[in-house]
Amino acid sequence: MNWTLALPEIALALAGLVILLVGVVPKRETFFPVSMGVIGALVIAAVLVLGQGEGTAFVGQYVSDAFSRFAKVLILLGAALTLLLSLDWNVKQGLGRFEYAVLMLFSTVGMMVMVSANDLMTLYVGLELLSLSLYVIAAFDRDNARSAEAGLKYFVLGALASGLLLYGASLVYGFAGTTNFDRLADALSMGGAGTGVVVGLVFVLAGLAFKISAVPFHMWTPDVYEGAPTPVTAFFATAPKVAAIALLMRVLAGPFGDLAAQWGQVIWVCSVGSMILGAFAALGQRNIKRLMAYSSIGHVGYALMGLTVADETGLRGVLVYMAIYVVMNIGTFAVLVAMRRNGRALEGIDDLAGLGRTDPGMALWMAIFMFSMAGIPPLAGFFGKLYVFLAAVQAGYWVLAAVGVVTSVVASFYYLRIVKVMYFDAPEGALDARPAGLTVVMAASGLATLLFFLFPAAVIQAAQVAVSALAG
Amino acid sequence: MLAVGLAHYLTVGAILFTLGLLGIFLNRKNIIVILMSIELILLSVSLNLVAFSARLGDLTGQVFSMLILTVAAAEAAIGLAIVVIYFRNRGTIEVEDISTLKG
Repeated sequence: MNWTLALPEIALALAGLVILLVGVVPKRETFFPVSMGVIGALVIAAVLVLGQGEGTAFVGQYVSDAFSRFAKVLILLGAALTLLLSLDWNVKQGLGRFEYAVLMLFSTVGMMVMVSANDLMTLYVGLELLSLSLYVIAAFDRDNARSAEAGLKYFVLGALASGLLLYGASLVYGFAGTTNFDRLADALSMGGAGTGVVVGLVFVLAGLAFKISAVPFHMWTPDVYEGAPTPVTAFFATAPKVAAIALLMRVLAGPFGDLAAQWGQVIWVCSVGSMILGAFAALGQRNIKRLMAYSSIGHVGYALMGLTVADETGLRGVLVYMAIYVVMNIGTFAVLVAMRRNGRALEGIDDLAGLGRTDPGMALWMAIFMFSMAGIPPLAGFFGKLYVFLAAVQAGYWVLAAVGVVTSVVASFYYLRIVKVMYFDAPEGALDARPAGLTVVMAASGLATLLFFLFPAAVIQAAQVAVSALAG
Repeated sequence: MLAVGLAHYLTVGAILFTLGLLGIFLNRKNIIVILMSIELILLSVSLNLVAFSARLGDLTGQVFSMLILTVAAAEAAIGLAIVVIYFRNRGTIEVEDISTLKG
């Protein structure tokens, strides 16, 4: 039994239990030291991931390869940075309770298990560990009716999604005879898949589409993003999305690789629908968190474009896209978390008015993120779109690429409107001084977005290695 | 005499699953019914898995259904906790009242 292979997850889970125990002992509130401990644990886990060996463990239920390492590093980065964003915000909103940091840690363990899953059971357990933690932190502002409603909606729809996924898993198990991904791949490549397996696959896809909020399973996203506390929304929009997309890639390219003709059509529809909805539904939004929800639906659509193509170029494009997406989203949310006037947190687009005059530094970073999300060269977001569009065009998916181009033009309208509000509208008054931590996160992700064109090779090389591990 | 075979179990599973789905979507009354519907869905999956497991002569399905039972318990606990904080804030758990967030 090669259990040391799963050392990052085991270490992180143990660290979570120890932190949970230590956190309750002191009489006073321990939010800050516990958060620091959790960030430390996440960093240690990242180091362990980088040194992780390759192979399968736990009777083939767990796999570690270049793909899982790539996704895990991204997940740990996203989780650590979003926890950093919440430090000051939570205390000011009266949410400075240490369980927050511990829940984030456990959801990260769940995500790591998900991307390393090599069996439908591991997949399910990882996904539930993630989801159960997320339900709770969505409703973390428990005295706020909107947060409670967000938590409730997320819970009901999330549980429904898990139910669909499980029903699909049970059909796949019954008709293919195994839950292990390697043996599923063998079984499906030899005998061809019967109707039962295909129906099961569709249910599994529906369950996972809920988690990545792809159309037509996106209904929960705007409500939950708007209602949840802002740092929680930042977390929802980054790490869990990477984990769910990575899981989807592993499931589709691995065990169900031979059914590409069937799932390709489903993913095609999800991709086109998400791109169109993400572009048009966001146009009329006044609340910036709701706008970011539609924006994230659109971005998932672009990422799914690469998955529809499903060759190495396409899958590489998805990974590059998600890496860039995480960095620019964390930067954007750092700006949203810093939006606070006279001690009150703000979330309207109009509240950014005149930011170019009252706080030129933050306005500049926000403008960089918005231009990057719109996909304007030479910012990082452009390269993300370039690699998925390239894959789609090379493989002859012209409709997909055309829809992608048109929707990114439409979407750039609302990104650029934010820039216009910041620089050309009259200011309503200066925002409160922001803590240094937010400035650091903003500047770091801003520089990474701005200077990505100088070092694309490193990221693309890593994604290439990860994808070859997935395909081979 | 009619022997109970795999197809019967699958049919019962599919009916339970459909009832669970309908319970979530058609229910206009209160959230507790939704929680019950979720349990119904998970039970239909367990039934499927155990039936397949018996048919295939393979224990994996039964292990899977044990996992589902455990997770379902945790899920119910968290769901009820969220319903409680929602009720404290709004004083109601009518499904039609859950509509503050929209747009």
